[in-house]
Amino acid sequence: MKSYLILDDGTVYAGKGFGRAGEQIGEVVFNTGMTGYQEILSDPSYRGQIVTLTYPLIGNYGINEEDFESRQLQVAGFIIKDLSQVESNWRSSGNLHDFLDERGIVAIQDIDTRALTRHLRSRGVMMGIITPDPDPYIALSKLKASTQYAGIDYVTQVSTDKPYTWPLPTGVKERFKVALIDYGVKFSILNSLSALGCSVTVLPCASTSADVLGYDPDGIFLSSGPGDPARLDYAVNTLKLLLGKRPIMGICLGHQLLGLAFGCRTYKLKFGHRGVNHPVKDLDTGRIHITSQNHGYAVDVATVEDAAVDISHINLNDNTVEGLRHRELPVFSIQYNPETLPGSGDNGCLFEKFIKLMQSHRQNG
Amino acid sequence: MPRREEIKKVMVVGSGPIIIGQAAEFDYAGTQACRSLKEEGLEVVLINSNPATIMTDTNIADRVYVEPLTVDFAARVIERERPDGLLPTLGGQTGLNLAVALAEEDVIDRYGVELLGTSLQSIKKAEDRELFRELMSSIDEPVPESAIIENIESAREFARSIGFPVIVRPAYTLGGTGGGIAHNMAQLEDIAHRGLKMSMIGQILLERCVLGWKEIEYEVMRDGADNCITVCNMENLDPMGVHTGDSIVVAPSQTLSGKEYQMLRNAALKIIGALEIEGGCNVQMALDPQSFDYFIIEVNPRVSRSSALASKATGYPIARVAAKIAIGLHLDEIANAVTGKTLACFEPALDYVVTKIPRWPFDKFPLADRVIGTQMKATGEVMSIGRNFESSLMKAVRSLENGAYSLRHKDIGTLTEMELENRLKVPTDERLFVLAEAFRRGQMVEEIHQLTGIDRWFLQKIKDLVGLEERVRNRGFSGLDRELLEKYKALGFSDRDIAELVEVEEDDIRALRKTLGVLPVYKIVDTCAAEFEADTPYYYSSYEQENEAALSSRRRVVVIGSGPIRIGQGIEFDYCSVHSVWALREEGFETIIINNNPETVSTDFDTSDKLYFEPLTEEDVLNIIDQEQPEGVIVQFGGQTAINLADTLARHGVKILGTSVEFIDMAEDRKKFERLLRELDIPKPDGRTAVSVEGALEIAREIDFPVLVRPSYVLGGRAMEIVYNEKDLLHYMKYAVNISPRHPILIDKYVLGKEVEVDVISDGTDVFLPGIMEHIERAGVHSGDSMAVYPPQKLSDGVKGKVVDYATRLSRALHVKGLMNIQFVVDGEDVYILEVNPRASRTIPYLSKITGVPMVNVATKVMVGHTLKELGRSGGLYPETSHVAVKAPVFSFAKLISVDISLSPEMKSTGEIMGVDPTFEGALYKAMVASGLDVDLTGAMIVTVADQDKAEALPVIRGFKELGFEIYATGGTCSYLQGKGMNATRVMKISEGTPNLLDLIRTGKVNLLLNTLSPDKTVEKEAARIRRCSVEHSVPCLTSLDTAAALLYALRAKASGRSFESLALTDYDVGKKPEIRSRNPRVTTGC
Repeated sequence: MKSYLILDDGTVYAGKGFGRAGEQIGEVVFNTGMTGYQEILSDPSYRGQIVTLTYPLIGNYGINEEDFESRQLQVAGFIIKDLSQVESNWRSSGNLHDFLDERGIVAIQDIDTRALTRHLRSRGVMMGIITPDPDPYIALSKLKASTQYAGIDYVTQVSTDKPYTWPLPTGVKERFKVALIDYGVKFSILNSLSALGCSVTVLPCASTSADVLGYDPDGIFLSSGPGDPARLDYAVNTLKLLLGKRPIMGICLGHQLLGLAFGCRTYKLKFGHRGVNHPVKDLDTGRIHITSQNHGYAVDVATVEDAAVDISHINLNDNTVEGLRHRELPVFSIQYNPETLPGSGDNGCLFEKFIKLMQSHRQNG
Repeated sequence: MPRREEIKKVMVVGSGPIIIGQAAEFDYAGTQACRSLKEEGLEVVLINSNPATIMTDTNIADRVYVEPLTVDFAARVIERERPDGLLPTLGGQTGLNLAVALAEEDVIDRYGVELLGTSLQSIKKAEDRELFRELMSSIDEPVPESAIIENIESAREFARSIGFPVIVRPAYTLGGTGGGIAHNMAQLEDIAHRGLKMSMIGQILLERCVLGWKEIEYEVMRDGADNCITVCNMENLDPMGVHTGDSIVVAPSQTLSGKEYQMLRNAALKIIGALEIEGGCNVQMALDPQSFDYFIIEVNPRVSRSSALASKATGYPIARVAAKIAIGLHLDEIANAVTGKTLACFEPALDYVVTKIPRWPFDKFPLADRVIGTQMKATGEVMSIGRNFESSLMKAVRSLENGAYSLRHKDIGTLTEMELENRLKVPTDERLFVLAEAFRRGQMVEEIHQLTGIDRWFLQKIKDLVGLEERVRNRGFSGLDRELLEKYKALGFSDRDIAELVEVEEDDIRALRKTLGVLPVYKIVDTCAAEFEADTPYYYSSYEQENEAALSSRRRVVVIGSGPIRIGQGIEFDYCSVHSVWALREEGFETIIINNNPETVSTDFDTSDKLYFEPLTEEDVLNIIDQEQPEGVIVQFGGQTAINLADTLARHGVKILGTSVEFIDMAEDRKKFERLLRELDIPKPDGRTAVSVEGALEIAREIDFPVLVRPSYVLGGRAMEIVYNEKDLLHYMKYAVNISPRHPILIDKYVLGKEVEVDVISDGTDVFLPGIMEHIERAGVHSGDSMAVYPPQKLSDGVKGKVVDYATRLSRALHVKGLMNIQFVVDGEDVYILEVNPRASRTIPYLSKITGVPMVNVATKVMVGHTLKELGRSGGLYPETSHVAVKAPVFSFAKLISVDISLSPEMKSTGEIMGVDPTFEGALYKAMVASGLDVDLTGAMIVTVADQDKAEALPVIRGFKELGFEIYATGGTCSYLQGKGMNATRVMKISEGTPNLLDLIRTGKVNLLLNTLSPDKTVEKEAARIRRCSVEHSVPCLTSLDTAAALLYALRAKASGRSFESLALTDYDVGKKPEIRSRNPRVTTGC
């Protein structure tokens, strides 16, 4: 069935619908990872976004029961070049098309995703609509009538309603209690922490500092999540109160919120960082790590100087801030996703660093 | 860290001649490395014995030594140059082995040279199985159970303990030489025996066989600060069991989920870190298709064939970056040359699929064993890029130049069900076509998966492509519409294939496509999946929306490349293509290269202004010409591949630069050419065309035996034979060819004389001959398999004059603009023309290097309109140099089971080397050593010589005897020698029982074999077995008395105690001797 992707600037891409038939509006972004579509589809940070994958062959290894990052599919829509008609992998339990249909995700294939990516790269990410209706005027009026990406608090949509505890893996003993503020947490974050002996309590995004401290955690973890950090005053205010109370580690959106709590500003990147190949330099060690990233906003370098924090990591592609560290407090944050490339020793180290902070905090009272 | 200032001079080791397992990829890597080092201000010294390389050009390295890659010669170069560092990781296994040997013989320490890139210890850890296992176990990376053994009994013991199948790999070899999979004890003994012999250190590895597991490779890089990146991963379509060099490979992996991809990536990064490699490294893994289990199979601590592929597949210049890392730079201090804005420290993201298909030599060796396994047999490879797997695969297929333009192959359709099933179980080079045929006959994916172990994903894609053949066939030409054509083109179907299926001409489909507007667009390979702006001019075609190829306002010329490396068309044509591009750039043109070979310098994105990585078929080339609208196209440098396109391109209105299509045809069409020679009064050996058996006999009687016979419809000496009598002629026509009016055979008088070859440059008026090359072996041996010497040693001035005269008049008559190669046979003072090739030949790099004449440069400038005079060149023969260069062929017989190694009119060599010295004997000696004929001065040799050669052989054999060789000879030869008063020990032939000469070879009692071809077919049959045996036991075997005499000459020079100096090419003084002018300078104005 013919389907179209129509962007906010009037650009039309013709393709073929798959997944759930219908229409969907969202911010159109691209991810350059060559594998991992199941993880991307279920990553809460993509809430409100129509994701296009630059790698053209998607669905090759089907869908399995294990590789989800949350309990539901999160993307608003999905754009690809070539949907595999066959899936082949020992863990596969179904094909991508049926799965998207079942989970209600509107998707489009046969799109010149390279042309689309080049367009977004030069014009910046923008709102778009996947629709069976080829008329751009109707599409544009629908886009005009819809709320812009930055106008919506997606965090509230993806965060847990009530607190819950993430089980420790069998054989792992509890070493620390961690309160994790859920702005859109991924399973792999929870698994990374629990594998290190952290008993994680997942708290709603709007939890107050009293709520968080009420669990008497050894440390506080701020998860990744979707959307513009600057509109999340409630979260920033909570963090300001938590600073200095416990060791804190933030990643991704959690990092941006910490930045705001430190008094820095955030801004929207032209086309974001989404992929698994971004070089980040650790300014302390000089070492470079290849990182997994998914963010559309960043902490403004120019505003860091006045705050009581140092830049600990930078992105080698565009020199944006990739990590902050408080000069006195046991608080640090990372813009990328250390949990996504587990085992790449260096990225795992960041969780170890959090553990160490909790350890010394406990020792020093 | 910035680059290490204390390193000022670096010596780079090349990989030597092209052999199976080590092809042009190392010229690409070495060239990139040399340029990368020079860019950093270093002085670069290069040693490589292969003249047909860009890297041995004097503008690539500062000091170029075309010398044998042995410890002896390398040490002389080191002594002379005193480099601060030695970079051995870009010269393949040859470079690495030489470095190890130099270190072990203390040369490295003696001269205070530092091994750059990878330490000796790292090399050993990666290459020595036991050290490697220890290292892997220390970092918890799994390796299959294995044992290193040094004798057959231990092999039996290991197999008894773990059971069959068992895989056998010799230590320190390339391309898996001497390896194999044993399914039972007898096979194990056989393979183990061979492997022990092939291994440099007499060790073989036996290993648990993970046949059928997925074979995955990762290319990783690391710098001195322990920063590690993955450049690319690759998945072999053929599962474990087929050597990766013989597998169809795709990049990136297609059937790995994110978890598997990252798991193996982490393992690869862990390994390069543990090995502490500073540079690039290739990790091969076997992944269980049913679990997360995997094994590390092999690690190459150097730039490899796979890394060349990965470089082209991603745009990431691995060799360039590895060279910079080796001199101390870190990944974040090196720019990403593709984007110019980002750094080399990132992991490339692909937004296309790359497919590599090996190119095997079986078209040249119809009798060779075509089964592919753990021993690599391919000589080259093609790569293609597509936005889906189907188009990537289909483009790769039609890049192979094996007669297939689709998944249909003429030889496969006729197989019986049984044959087909066997071919599915036991893979051959034709596997892909066999798979397609099985689907065509209705087999299911699951059945074929069970038989082949190939992943269902690939199988289903192939099955779907086969299904589409039938659908379009049913539609017919009238049923083709825009939608259908768009779909088929997007999936990679060629116009020619669609035309065949709907039974029209290819041009009809092309015209229809143009009418309907179904045209390709071109996408850029940019390393980053469009995330960052890149202006790399590296394109591939696709049928979709956006075209990224932009037209400039500059004058443009297209140079057609030469495709995959194969026997008869090797790296020398890439050398020519690259030089042509450089010349065009000097002339201010925008240059465009079309080629499909990932191993080459021509497909490096910064060689030309624009690179189209596309098949070299009529359709694909015309599409690019439509896109680029060039002023003209150059077809003279891409070997037969390019020249074959000339006619079609001209027919489509494309301007061919250089010699016109009309005259190319006149040179290649036998009848027209003979007429021209008659008109010019230039002699050629008498010859006619026969269309029947009787006719052939009659012609042969008329012109008298021996005669040279060959079918008229094949090129490159295939099925060419020298026939001595009527009986053999009948035999030839019965078994070798089917003679008929549609398939005539050519019968020529065989002139037993000296072969001589020239490459001329002509502007249509003046004809310039940079040099005459004299073959060492007499006529009858393919020119590509002959040794040749420049300047000629035994030609009279009268003969040279005739050569110049004939070449001059012929070039004028053919209105040659650019290059032409002419082969002569000289009998006494008589000179005959054998054949001409109206294009660059394989001797161009050799002759250019030794004469100092940049032949391709001059020829290219002539093609775009300059006269030779304008270029400062005059007609006639260029003054001969005082130093001498000998070119010698190198063969890959050890890899090709059941191929007869005797020299014949059919070309068999895969590569060549050059020996250069102030003296002929020195050049000859170096050439012998470099080509692997490094025979000791004493030892024992077996001689078994045909009756007609005995008298001629006597002084040669006596010469070896005098040097100190013990002579073994078979019955007739032995009696003859003894009759002439020579001491020789008689040894039994195979048919005479045991122990016979095979036992002498097997037990290592002899180090040389001289066996000349007998016209008697039964004798020959046995002789072929003897020659194979010599190959399998690495005992050099000479089949031409001329080669033997030359070897003797060289060994005598060595025995006299002469030591041969090693000089850089630029140290030789070019051009001293008086010029020889055309003896008969009359001007012809054409015909």
